[in-house]
Formats: sequence, C-alpha cells, structure tokens
Amino acid sequence: MPILAVVEARAGQLPSISRDVIGAARSVAEATGDEVEAVLIGGADIRGAAEDLGRWGVSRVHLAAAEGVEWNEPGLYRRIVVDLARTRSPRAVIFPASAMGRDLAPRVAARLEVGYAAECVGVEIEGDEVIAVRPRYAGKVTARERFTRGPAVLSVRGNAFPVEEGEGSAEVVPVEVPANSGVPGVVVREVRAGEGARLDVSEAPVVVSGGRGLREPGNFRLLEELAQALGNAAVGASRAVVDAGWRPHAEQVGQTGKTVAPALYFAIGISGAIQHLAGMRTAGYIVAINKDPDAPIFRAADAGIVGDLFEIVPRLTEEIRKMRG
Amino acid sequence: MKIVVCIKRVPDTEARIRVAADGRSVDVTGVKFITNPYDEFALEAALRLREAEGEGEVVALSLGDTGIAETLRAALAMGADSAVHLTTDRPLEGLAAAHAIAAELSGRDFDLALFGLKAIDDDLQAVGVMVAELIDLPAATAVTEFRREGDRIIAEREVEGGMEVVELPTPCILTITKGAYEPRYASLKGIMAAKKKPFEEKAAMAEGDGGIQVESLQPPPERQPGRIVGEGPDAVPELLRILREQGFIA
Repeated sequence: MPILAVVEARAGQLPSISRDVIGAARSVAEATGDEVEAVLIGGADIRGAAEDLGRWGVSRVHLAAAEGVEWNEPGLYRRIVVDLARTRSPRAVIFPASAMGRDLAPRVAARLEVGYAAECVGVEIEGDEVIAVRPRYAGKVTARERFTRGPAVLSVRGNAFPVEEGEGSAEVVPVEVPANSGVPGVVVREVRAGEGARLDVSEAPVVVSGGRGLREPGNFRLLEELAQALGNAAVGASRAVVDAGWRPHAEQVGQTGKTVAPALYFAIGISGAIQHLAGMRTAGYIVAINKDPDAPIFRAADAGIVGDLFEIVPRLTEEIRKMRG
Repeated sequence: MKIVVCIKRVPDTEARIRVAADGRSVDVTGVKFITNPYDEFALEAALRLREAEGEGEVVALSLGDTGIAETLRAALAMGADSAVHLTTDRPLEGLAAAHAIAAELSGRDFDLALFGLKAIDDDLQAVGVMVAELIDLPAATAVTEFRREGDRIIAEREVEGGMEVVELPTPCILTITKGAYEPRYASLKGIMAAKKKPFEEKAAMAEGDGGIQVESLQPPPERQPGRIVGEGPDAVPELLRILREQGFIA
C-alpha cells in the first residue's frame, strides 16, 4: 500500500513544506516497508519539479499537469486526489498544513469517508494502524489520534519532518486532468501577490516577530533588516499590531493567526500574552527582546535580552551581518 | 437571503487545560466556555450582509450538549433571528460533526452557510469544508471578506504570499477567518429580544466515529527554563555565541 504525498507547487516551484510532506510519508514508509508516491498538480511548468522528487525518496510521481491548472481550484484538485486514492489504495494520504493543504485535505477525507488529522507534528505506526500526533487546545496538550479505517488523511506542519536529499529518480506517471470538479465550482477571478516575495511565516526556518513594542508601523523595518541579515527568516507579528493595521493578518502568529514551529523564533517587543504563545510555543529555540524584565515572554523564552529593542535589534543585525560576511 | 451560521462552544484560551483521569479527554471542571472566535466573525459577516440587503434571515446552528443553549442565546443577542440546537450525547468533531450538520442542512433551504475557519480547541479547520463536500456544494475557505452579486458570492481569501478573489454560485459554504468582520457586542435590547426568538432543539443525526479517535492526551514536552543573557545591546555578542553554539546561525 503506497504512502501518497500530496506535493504542492506554487508558480512552478515546490515550497519548503513539500519536504515535510515527503518526510512524513517516508517516516511512515520506513515503518511499514511501503513505497512513497507523490501526486503533483499544476501548470505545465512543474515537470522538472516532478523529476526532482526522486532525490527525496519518492519512487513514483503522479503528475497532473496541464496549461492553466493552478492549485487554487480546490474542487478539481480534490477530484484528482480522490480518484488516485481510490485507484492506488494508499495507507495514508499526506498534505502540507499550508493554505492549500488545509483546504484540500478535509475535502478529500470527506469524499473518502475517512478521518482527518490536521497539522500533525508526528506520525506513528502501531501494527497496521496509523496514529497521528498533533497539538490541541492551542498547543496545551499533545494528542495521539488513531485512524479507525484507511486511508489515513493527514496534514503536516512545516519544519516538523526533516528529510535528507539523496540520489534516486522517480518514475513520472501522467494523470489526466479532469475537465471540472463535478460540482458547480469556485472560479478564481484574481490572485494578488503580497508585497515582495516574503517567505511565509509558517514555513520559514527562522521567524522574527514584532509587537507593540515597535511603537510605529515604520519601525518594522528594523525587523525586516534583521530577517534579511539572517537570510532564511520571515517576519511575524503579534495580534495587537495586526489589529492596529500595521502588518497583514498573514503574518500574525497566535491563536487567531498562524501556529508556527520554526527552528528559531525571535519575539521582539512582544509581551507574551497566552494567545501569542499558543502560536509559537513549540518553536525550537525562542529568543525574547523586551524592555520589561517581567514580561511573560521571558518565561517562555530560552534566552532573552532585557533592554531597548531600538538599540538591541540594530546591533544584532550588524553582528549577524559581520558573522555571515 | 437565508444564511445559516454554524457555531461552536469552546474552552476559553486562558483556561488551564487539564487532562482527565481517563488520559484521553479534557477535564472541564471550572473551565470557562466561549463562542469560538472564528464563528463570531462568521456571525458578524452574516449580520452585516442582512443589514446591507435590508432583508434576510440569519439562523444560528450549533451541535452539542446542554451548554450550547447559552452560546446560541448569545448569537441571538448579537442579532441572529433564530437558533437550532442539534443535541448530542457525546462531543462530535471532524467528519462525525460534519455528517450531523450536513444531515440538518440538507433538509433546509438556504443561500449561504457560514462557518468559522477553525475551532480553537481542536484546531482541525475541517468541518465547514467537509459539510460542503458531503452535500455537494461549492465552498471557499479562509475568507476575509465577501459580498453578494446576484446569485453569486465574490469572496477574498487569504493564501500564502497574498490574496485570492474567488467567485462561487449560491447556495454555497464559506469558512471565515479574521479580516473585515470584527464582531459586535450584544446590546441590552438584543439580550432581551433573544429570549423571545425561536429556539429549536432536536437530536443530531450522529452515526459512526468519524474515522478517527483520540487515543491519549499529554501535556507538551517540558522545555528547559530559559535565561536572561544580559541587558542592552552589549548582551548581543553573548546571545550570538549561544545561537552559534546551538547551531542556529552559521
């Protein structure tokens, strides 16, 4: 029974969370001896990406590529993945916990009449059964959830399933793109890119987040410079500054924003309200910078600096630039 | 326009969540419950649409045990016209909840069904779109704002790297995220009026386990306590030394 990894393509590229999807699929496959197969859907430009998947341990790629197909046609994607699940009888179907994956995965689960575990941070096999490990109650508890029938449908969190690149090639099998989803559909009228090619806060390995301590929207420039100096960082925001209109909701980390688990998280000028902690408490390493030594964020952080962020952050940026040469 | 808004009652974030003795559920003694914040955005969106159109009906629907009545009364106080309580003897989530709600909606005539993007207790982000698939309706998720144009809904969705504008025919389902719909407070007049609004209670059609069961709940792994490295910009070199040592910065 293959493990089916639903690999997302965005404008012909595979975002970093695709590796976590394959990583999760591989961790199941290693326990069961199954093969990892991927399904990749998109415009005609993704063929190269399909061939590359062999290096990540995928043995077969089901490629549904056609002119004009973009991931944002949920009904169509759902139909392709469901048809493939019915033909291939996978043990599990794994999606990224991205906007696309979190929209598509439950659709597929409902059509297949099976259970769904969202934003998993672990997957285990017990005998023949798949068990999802995932946070509940804003990360206050970790749940182990057992699928009572197959296939198990899961979406997995970015940065949770590291995988090594190796040698290997995948067999690419073309899949026909159906004419429509079968349901009167959703038509995409327009796609508006955000300002700049920002790395998404839920996928970046490093996040630099700011709160009210920044005082003015323009001061977020300090965090953007730090993110740039770090190289692989995204800028995040607390609810307060999103509510104030300083930063877009897409950057909000916290209960009514995104839950992120980067390797390194900077909380700058953020007090550490419980709703914010809910969104980042499982980050690998948390650094807090705040002028208030009693701010709750220091209790959640692994390391902190007390003081004026307007002095500390530029110094940090400068030192990092020097270090990285 | 007939709009159904599906609402969930969830523990307040501030609540201390304790695992119950059975190791697989949560001990709710003393826990304060609230309306799921995302569902409040959905209800607000419904009320504003009804106001913009000058007519229409907003039905608040919820699935659960006796505590739900309070949540539905709050929705009526905010401005919903009627409430439907689908009673269950055990908590339903995911596919099982979707089936119960789909069974109710397929017996109803409506133009729009709204759900919050996700519930803050299970964080599944699934039920709304599962209902759409079960009853074959078009659906859009993570909607920040929408409007009606004739028999179509034009909605803005939040996606990675930006925003998407989509168009769907009615009847359809939307799941609403944080955006234009800051929820209103119920007025005293609204609270009083709520007591007289139609409130229907009926047993949910709940079958099956939804394909997945919680096996165990555990507190998250302990973190080592952190430390304050120093004060002011002079603490930066020490911080960087630590980050380098831990392998976070090359």
